[in-house]
Amino acid sequence: MKITFDWLKDHLSTNLKEEKLLDQLTNIGLEVESVENLSAGNELFKVAKIVNTEKHPNADRLKVCDVNVGEKELKKVVCGANNAREGLITIYAPPGAIIPKTKIKLVEAKIRGVPSKGMLCSESELNLSDESDGIIELLKSKYEKSIGKSYFAKSSSNLIDLSITPNRPDCLGVRGIARDVAASGFGKLKYFKEKRIKSKVKQNLKVKINKEKNQGCNTFGSCLINNVKNIESPQWLKDKLISIGQKPISAIVDITNYVMIDINRPLHAYDADKIEKGIVVRNSKLGEQFTALDNKVYKLENGMCVISDSKGVLGLGGIIGGTRSGTEFNTKNVLLEAAYFDPRSIRNTAKKLNIDTDAKFRFERGIDPLSIEDGLNKAASLIKEICGGEISKIDIQKNEIYKNKNIKFDPHLFEQITGFKISIKEILNILEDLGFGIKRDKKYLKLNIPSWRPDISQGVDIVEELVRIAGYEKIKTVDPIKERTKSTLTKSQKLFHFLQRSIASKGYLEAITWSFTDSNYNDFFKDKNKEIKIINPISSELGVLRNSIFSNLIMYMNKNLDRGFKDLSIFEIGPIFTGSNPGEQNTVVCGLSAGKKSRLSWIDKERNIDVYDIKRDVVQSLVEVGYSSDKFFIDSETPNYYHPGKSGRLFLNTGKDQVAAYFGEIHPNILKKIDIKTESLIGFEIFLDNLKLPEKTLNDQKTKFVVSDYQKSERDFAFIVDKNVTSQDLINAVSNVDQNLISNIKIFDVYDGENIPENQKSIAISVSIQSFEKTLNDSDLEKINKLIIETVENKTGAKIRS
Amino acid sequence: MSDLKKIKDEFLPKLKEKLNLSEINEIKSNLFGKNGLISSQFKKIGSIAENERKKFASDLNNIKDELQDLIDNKINEIQNAEIKEKLDKEKIDVTLPERSYVRGKIHPVSQTIDEISSIFSEIGFSVEEGPDVENEYNNFTALNTPDNHPARDMHDTFYLDEKKEKLLRTHTSPVQIRTMLKDKPPFKIIAPGRTYRSDSDQTHSPMFHQVEGLHIDKNINMGHLKGCLNYFIKEFFEVDKIKMRFRPSHFPFTEPSAEVDIGYKIKDGKIIIGEGDKWLEILGCGMVHPNVLKNVKVDPIKFQGYAFGIGIDRLAMLKYGINDLRAFFDCDYRWLNHFGFDPLDVPTNYRGLSR
Repeated sequence: MKITFDWLKDHLSTNLKEEKLLDQLTNIGLEVESVENLSAGNELFKVAKIVNTEKHPNADRLKVCDVNVGEKELKKVVCGANNAREGLITIYAPPGAIIPKTKIKLVEAKIRGVPSKGMLCSESELNLSDESDGIIELLKSKYEKSIGKSYFAKSSSNLIDLSITPNRPDCLGVRGIARDVAASGFGKLKYFKEKRIKSKVKQNLKVKINKEKNQGCNTFGSCLINNVKNIESPQWLKDKLISIGQKPISAIVDITNYVMIDINRPLHAYDADKIEKGIVVRNSKLGEQFTALDNKVYKLENGMCVISDSKGVLGLGGIIGGTRSGTEFNTKNVLLEAAYFDPRSIRNTAKKLNIDTDAKFRFERGIDPLSIEDGLNKAASLIKEICGGEISKIDIQKNEIYKNKNIKFDPHLFEQITGFKISIKEILNILEDLGFGIKRDKKYLKLNIPSWRPDISQGVDIVEELVRIAGYEKIKTVDPIKERTKSTLTKSQKLFHFLQRSIASKGYLEAITWSFTDSNYNDFFKDKNKEIKIINPISSELGVLRNSIFSNLIMYMNKNLDRGFKDLSIFEIGPIFTGSNPGEQNTVVCGLSAGKKSRLSWIDKERNIDVYDIKRDVVQSLVEVGYSSDKFFIDSETPNYYHPGKSGRLFLNTGKDQVAAYFGEIHPNILKKIDIKTESLIGFEIFLDNLKLPEKTLNDQKTKFVVSDYQKSERDFAFIVDKNVTSQDLINAVSNVDQNLISNIKIFDVYDGENIPENQKSIAISVSIQSFEKTLNDSDLEKINKLIIETVENKTGAKIRS
Repeated sequence: MSDLKKIKDEFLPKLKEKLNLSEINEIKSNLFGKNGLISSQFKKIGSIAENERKKFASDLNNIKDELQDLIDNKINEIQNAEIKEKLDKEKIDVTLPERSYVRGKIHPVSQTIDEISSIFSEIGFSVEEGPDVENEYNNFTALNTPDNHPARDMHDTFYLDEKKEKLLRTHTSPVQIRTMLKDKPPFKIIAPGRTYRSDSDQTHSPMFHQVEGLHIDKNINMGHLKGCLNYFIKEFFEVDKIKMRFRPSHFPFTEPSAEVDIGYKIKDGKIIIGEGDKWLEILGCGMVHPNVLKNVKVDPIKFQGYAFGIGIDRLAMLKYGINDLRAFFDCDYRWLNHFGFDPLDVPTNYRGLSR
């Protein structure tokens, strides 16, 4: 909502300085978004006439204009507007002027080799309207004599832009703002004697509101003004509109806009001669259409509130009028409409048709239902004053009678909610100033809510009014008590926290990427999940919820590789989505590692990052968050985006109930398709929701400290096994031989090739054997050796290598 | 001249010459070997007259010690020289680079969430979560924002179905609803998380982070709200004093509602929080609307309290001097490295939020 201090003073007597006012507006909840000094430098923008135009020698679309700016010498200005032509009166900005829209200061410059002294302006460049097509065309008759003079009136004051919250439609009018400021003790609200139309002429254009289900209009007020002469607005009215950044159009339109901004009463003016046989307010029928004032054709659905005549739709009530019945300079007879449209109906229609207008904005927030006559009186009187003509009586059709809302308010509620006290006298003053009717009823106040406050319906709403006007700075600061009765994090939140930092400590940089992704990338990684589309995405590249974090991570990995980094590790911890219902999501830690270890190292041999590097990161992190790696079970069944032979699936135990993690090389086909260039790309995913929460606390995990001080022996074995026997099988076999004696098993060599039969391999292990009871003698050791060999051979089909 | 003096005169100068290890060992065996000169003298002790024996023995011991010391020193000297020579040969260039170590980092948003949780933990809040995909009811209707409420326009919502029943939550406030539906009052929770709005420009990204706060109990009023936020902001920015302004605003789910600004100034191109005469909006809050409490079956006559919502990314930007919101989600390796935190920097109450 844009206002000026001057306009506000039409409704508010105050000695207040503007600066104070700005603070006060914010203090009472009418937040000042910006203050713009429209008049500074405005005198520089001059009415000017194009005397001559020539084609620019070096550019087809540009013209070189000789412009009369009221000085002896003509200015040469390069201009690209199609409508720049000889004789046109327009607005000239000299070097040094700051263009209001772009805030750019003009300098003398050569444009394609031709020097240009200043520029000719479009309406949008001067913030007069959104019209950016061509330069401003001023009326010759009016401005011929003003050439060389400033276009803008000198007195225009600062433009104050207020951010009005959706609950305060009353403050979409200057008067509403003045009322709030006055209530807060900064000035007095001015009272005007209502100008009532005294007319004996009947409004003879028939208006009817159809009684039907979901009728969006309950009251339709109108009056006719006959024999008007629609002219340009007088200077005071133009200045008023220009002062808040609006563009004057014609007296009738300007007057309706003025009344709307002044008292938040939207009006619509029809050319009465273009209305066929009276007005019917009704629900639209599917397929009806009309051309609106924005020159778009709208096709209507059933049940939209339209103003129509016998020929069809004239306009959408409270949203936008139609071109067929619009006023023009030659309009003679005007029908002025002031109606009440239901906010829900307005919003439904506007949303369906995707229209946003000033009227819609106001009606959907709720217009004062009792402002109909006031608005008609005000506007009609002004029209008569400016355009002449005779005003008819006001005609009001209504389906419903507005009843004021009443509530019973307990003043104690104020302290209960705000924590501080104000006197009953102050309460009464504030409410009275805001327009409430008040009756005292023992300890309660019976309040009659002003018709312009649709937002107020219960006690807390009154508390808000009181505390807002009394001042939020009066609320005391009660220091919080440092006391904790419940633990801050749940077990799964702790797990999230630990795992996040565990992975980061392995050299991965944490990234946060969107929860949505490109469906092309998602397809690579969605596995068995179904695609979840966003129906209104920001762009098609962000069109689906991610089924896996890999899609985003690999895209950003690629970008970083393109930046010239070669060895990178990144991870993200966050949601992936399995369905479009709330809760169909899992928390995943997903990481990617690319490139080499020890690249260009003077000391270590460089090598590609491999699956065992990443497996270490996964296993070690799981150990750090409290799981025992002795129990892990690993196989090679992985989703199709992993290299089928170089990837693994990890379970926390042999129960194989839920997959704890995947790790492995990203499938080479994917790398090829997304054209990612790196020596190696290995990834992992840990599924937090699949991890059984460690039941033991850190305290329980510390079991009794038991060690053996008896002699430890180490024995090495080399077995030849089938290629598809895993080392895990071998280790399991050995460790099951005698868990009391076998304390550690280490694989120190894996070999295939020469001297080993085809499809077989050799695995060499070192086994630590130690007893808790005695030092083992040679025969004890021999026994266990034999047992190990036998067991392994039996269980895995291995043969000991001699 | 006695034998002893003869030995002394012969060997003392000898031992002062430059000798190698084998020469010394030769001398050593000449003197102390089984039939060495000194060893033979010891054998003579018994045959010496009783009156001279004592002196002889004492002189012999003295000369023995003297020679022995000289020999030991000499051996030490040579061994030290040998070791020194060996070590000198082993000298390396310690200025060569160490073996490489790759350091991981925690994203500034994660770090900020941990800082926030740590601060609120101290005053008794626990952490709650909710899903990113929400239904229309929890995100809007239950929060006193029925369909056709203009406040919905302030949230550009991503929808997942044509009926617009499923959406990406536009704020963390639906966690209030979930929390209150699941438990009984009192409630004292924060809920950090991802939020989404279909808005994308220099200062808006389609995904961002919020933390919701909710405290419902008997007699919790706006003074408690002010105190809580004042405490939080002071702790978060790690300053003793904070300039804070509550200003009336409107959210459908709180009444009265407020926005909170903090004072700041720009000094040498850096933002300084807590002083100066400029205001920066950092959060929205208010007393939970009775309609919301009714929607979650909490009796608004018995219970009341406050809620707030803070933009986490914005806080991180302010605290850590990050200018560009979009960079948070751009995943530039250099940026992550620069603004990220060491995983060991866990914000705690006793060690402090940041180093």
